[in-house]
Amino acid sequence: MFAEFLQYLFSGLTSGAIYALAGLGFAIIYNSSHVINFAQGEFIMIGGMATATMVAAGLPLPLAAVLAVVATMAVGVALEKFAVEPARGADVTAIVIITIGASIFLRGAAQVLWDKEFHALPAFSGDTPLRLAGATLMPQSLWVVGAAVVVIALLWWFFNRTLFGKAMLATSHNRLAAQLMGIPVRSVLVVAFALSAMLGAVGGIVVTPITFTNYEAGIMLGLKGFSAAVLGGLGSGAGAIVGGLLVGVAEALASGYLSSAYKDAIAFVIILFVLFFMPSGLFGKKGTDRV
Amino acid sequence: MRCLAKLGMAVAVSAAVLSGGGTAFAGEVVRIGAFLSATGPASFLGEPEKKTLERYVERLNKDGGIGGRMIELVVYDDGGAPDKAATLAKRLIRNDNVDMIIGGTATATTMAAIKVIEPAGVPFISLAAGIDIVEPVKKWVFKVAHTDRMAAEKVFADMKRHGVSKIALVSEDSGFGKSGRDQSLKAAPAFGIEIVADEVYSPKDPDVTAQLTKARNAPGVQAVFNFGFGQGPAIVTKNYRQLGIKLPLWQSHGVASKEFIRLAGDAAEGVRLPAAGLVVAEQLAATDPQKPVVTAFKADYEAAFKSEVSTFAGHSYDALQMAAAAVLRAGSTDKARVRDELEKTSGYVGTAGMVTMSPTDHMGLNASAFHMVEIRGGGWVLSD
Repeated sequence: MFAEFLQYLFSGLTSGAIYALAGLGFAIIYNSSHVINFAQGEFIMIGGMATATMVAAGLPLPLAAVLAVVATMAVGVALEKFAVEPARGADVTAIVIITIGASIFLRGAAQVLWDKEFHALPAFSGDTPLRLAGATLMPQSLWVVGAAVVVIALLWWFFNRTLFGKAMLATSHNRLAAQLMGIPVRSVLVVAFALSAMLGAVGGIVVTPITFTNYEAGIMLGLKGFSAAVLGGLGSGAGAIVGGLLVGVAEALASGYLSSAYKDAIAFVIILFVLFFMPSGLFGKKGTDRV
Repeated sequence: MRCLAKLGMAVAVSAAVLSGGGTAFAGEVVRIGAFLSATGPASFLGEPEKKTLERYVERLNKDGGIGGRMIELVVYDDGGAPDKAATLAKRLIRNDNVDMIIGGTATATTMAAIKVIEPAGVPFISLAAGIDIVEPVKKWVFKVAHTDRMAAEKVFADMKRHGVSKIALVSEDSGFGKSGRDQSLKAAPAFGIEIVADEVYSPKDPDVTAQLTKARNAPGVQAVFNFGFGQGPAIVTKNYRQLGIKLPLWQSHGVASKEFIRLAGDAAEGVRLPAAGLVVAEQLAATDPQKPVVTAFKADYEAAFKSEVSTFAGHSYDALQMAAAAVLRAGSTDKARVRDELEKTSGYVGTAGMVTMSPTDHMGLNASAFHMVEIRGGGWVLSD
């Protein structure tokens, strides 16, 4: 009985950690520009695909991972430079739509550059499951959870302890005032895209041994990550993690104890309920709109 | 096939000569229209289908066409959208004046196009799997792909042989998985198989250990049957080994590609599944009538496109060959006569199996079209 519960919990934590990592990327760009970057899932896909192809070509995993992260960051910067920056004057909705277009473009480019097949990566610490009170957990799941924790710690440090991080936060609060204070607001958005691309790539790399990846793997991860970010409160790193874990665990418990056919519906009902009573999410700041 | 075509051409040419070329059979073209999902989510089926169709039309034309008549191929891409498929079918009939239509990569696009094609009275060969396409029989509609029902029946027969009678069904929440689940539930009682757990997962779920734990704990369960396609079954198989479940695992024909073995790795060892002859071409007995057809097609496809042959490419090939044979037998492109000849297709040996159609069976395949295989040492081992 307890072993069963524990297995459902592990299942949920594995999925949840993946959703959380995907959700974190939304937070950074939202924080510095109030834009929801719907190409975030594609950053995850590019990180995973690039690593998988380089490993398949014989490169050692750490080197392939670093190169993939750099490549994804370059894509992120290019996206900002060529798609988002030219539309600087447009309102947030227009930029959000641009990112949707960019995500479709990136998927198409990945189809041409790579192929339509699934790619796999070997698990970082082997395929022997860890056993605990009758339930099992793959070591790779711990890598995902670990990566999410490290990333959130680094982000906290960056935004609260470094000048540039604080400058980014300032820009998000008031762009004009930040510019008057001498903050290079243009480079803030570039850095935000580079950072979230890096985050996406790291996520893609640790997740690929569990879920595999192909050119459209980013759609599901982006969607679930977005749900996680909204549930936790957009713009809050800790919120994205808690939100992701909640969605994952809710899905697993629902399929274990209720019906696996309705598990997605159950997860979304929970999200709707939370947003109904807490419109800015679990950890979100209360929105104040001036009339 | 080819010598038949040459014979036909010779007959046609001499007939033309005898009649002074008056009602020349040669010269006119045979117009074949196709709508396929070359892009979109089903592109991994539609793209090989399109490539194969184009390659073999070109080859037929090089060899003298169908009885001396060149084939003109019009291919449209429906992107996997049923409404677009219906529009394209309309365009093929009205604007392109095609003599017959091949296509419908997916069951959904096929069913949408049938609504246009059936009233217009154009012979139509679908490449999709759904049993709804030919059941109930529609006058103008034929299909070449195996149905999910056949796969389920093949698996249940195999389970019975292994003394298994209580199983857990784990299926994917996708078109393919849902149809597989429905057909499995319908076919099971006839084989004395009781489904004691019926679990579902989403095609892109990163982890299905919850569903598998529930399946394992169902009372009396002796085996697990997974119906899915793409990455899902690979994750199911990996999670299955992670949980250390000792029950035998059956998969559907949806995983009959090298990709599955590559993704699931060692976890795939011992998995049993039904596969078309094309997948296990090398291992078919030398006496198997399918052997020369599938080995030749496989070698040609893999040399031309540098990628593993898939059953979907084979469907395209079969549809074209059957269409060409029907036109040849009909001696014209008269739609009603071609339709009648298609229905009389008998003993055609294709990549999907031996096809014998009848007025009540517009698919013409039986369970022998599938072979049971077991995955051993990272490859297929025939174990009928």
